[in-house]
This record gives sequence, C-alpha cells and structure tokens, in this order.
Amino acid sequence: MDARFINPFLEATINVLKTMAFVEPRPGKAYLKKDNLAGGDVSGIIGFTGVASGSMALSFSSECILKIVSNMLGEEIKEINGDIKDAVGEITNMVSGAARRTLESLGLSISAAIPTVVAGKGHSISHIMTGPSIIIPFETDHGPFVVDVCIGDIK
Amino acid sequence: MDSDQNMKILIVDDFATMRKVIRNLLRQIGYQNVIEAEDGVDALKELRSQKIEFIISDWNMPNMSGIELLRAVRADSELRDLPFLMVTAESLKENVVEAVKAGVSNYIVKPFTAEVLSEKIKKILEKK
Repeated sequence: MDARFINPFLEATINVLKTMAFVEPRPGKAYLKKDNLAGGDVSGIIGFTGVASGSMALSFSSECILKIVSNMLGEEIKEINGDIKDAVGEITNMVSGAARRTLESLGLSISAAIPTVVAGKGHSISHIMTGPSIIIPFETDHGPFVVDVCIGDIK
Repeated sequence: MDSDQNMKILIVDDFATMRKVIRNLLRQIGYQNVIEAEDGVDALKELRSQKIEFIISDWNMPNMSGIELLRAVRADSELRDLPFLMVTAESLKENVVEAVKAGVSNYIVKPFTAEVLSEKIKKILEKK
C-alpha cells in the first residue's frame, strides 16, 4: 500500500472531528490488521476507485460516538440509534471528501461510493481489496476509535 | 437583534442528521427561524408555499440535487433573487464552476465551523 494514501485520511479524520464535534483525537501507533473485526461498536465504510482501489472504515466505540454526535447535534444522545448511524455515514463522507481533496492535490485522484454503516458489538468490516489493512488507533477523552484503510497498488 | 437574524432559512439535505447539525450551527450564530426539506423537490414545495429568505442546500441529494434546485430557483421569477449557499463535501473546480454558472451565491465545504458559516451568510447578505 502506498503510504501517501494514509496521512490524508488521518488528517481528514482529525479535522472533521475537531471542526464538527469539538473532539481532539490523539493518534496512536499504526499497525497491520490481522482479522476483519471492526474494533468498534459502530462503523462507517466507504469504497474508492481511481488511481487505486480500496476502502476506508471509521470504527467508533459507543461512548466515543455518543459524545461526538451529541456535540454535533447540540443535544445529548444516550444510545446508538438512527441519528448515530446517520451521523457516522455523514462523518465518513466528510472524511472521505476531505482526504480526496488532499489526494487530488498530490495527483492521486480517486472517487468515492456511498458510505454504509454497520452497528453492533463484534461486527466485521469487509474491505474491497483482499490485502491487509492498516489500522490507526485514536484515543479521545470520550473513548477510542480506529481508522482502517485498505488500498491496493497504484494502477 | 439584527433584523437578518430573524430571516427564515431553508436547510435542504437528504440526511436528517446533517440538517440537525446545520440547524445547531445556525442556532449558535443566532439564526433560529429555520425550516427543513429533504431534497430539491421538497424544497421547491416549501419555497412556493411560504416566504423563505435564505437557502442552504446540500449538493448531493436523490430526486433533485442541489445544483438542479439552484437552477430551478434561478429560473423562477418569484424565487430567482433568493440567496443560495451550496454545501458540498467536494471542492472540485468543475463543480464550483458549474455552481457559479448556475448563479450560486456562495458555497461552503464540509466540515465547517459555525464561524465559517456565519461569515459566508454575512458575505452573501452584504452583496444583496
């Protein structure tokens, strides 16, 4: 996987969550994922095609996403409901849009599909590509989440 | 209170959560008179049934997209002068050119803060 694809997603994730939800995510050390478990309780997944194909997932712990969406909406949400799933789809879209803008400025143009959202303890994530994905774990004051990127070689 | 802050704003977005997010940002900058529509078709119904003074519309929507709504508004003699702020997850040059040609008042790229939204609205209102 070309490392140039990773940073734009990280920067976009931090930017979107800071801007829209006033949450400061702190990235941890990236590692290669060995299974297809999501790592969180609610995940947004989006596929890409273009100079390279692949997909990206954001997978949030319950406590983290409840705080993020509560901040975005200006009202406290206490359980994983339709608003949360809707918001995870929108956050995934925004991260993808912001990352694609950066990638385009690097000459790496990709277009994105519509995100899907999966919820539930221990759910799995199916990437478009079969290779290993890179996980970047994040901590926030309200719990962890991960960014999971799996992109094939540049065509 | 500034008279502009009483203006009726229409938010158009197919994601209910994004409508709530924009409503929340508008509340933070003092705009409380807000109604919602879930796509361009729904928005035109609202625009033709009540006095709306400002439109904030997403670009990507089913049924009638933001750019199609913008063209419909600019082609309608009753609505053509309405301020129209386009919200987009992209800032592709082709899209911006297309929106400017269609008569968009300004556009805003997600994610954005309440302050940026406030600045965009004020700039549009100053030009009126």
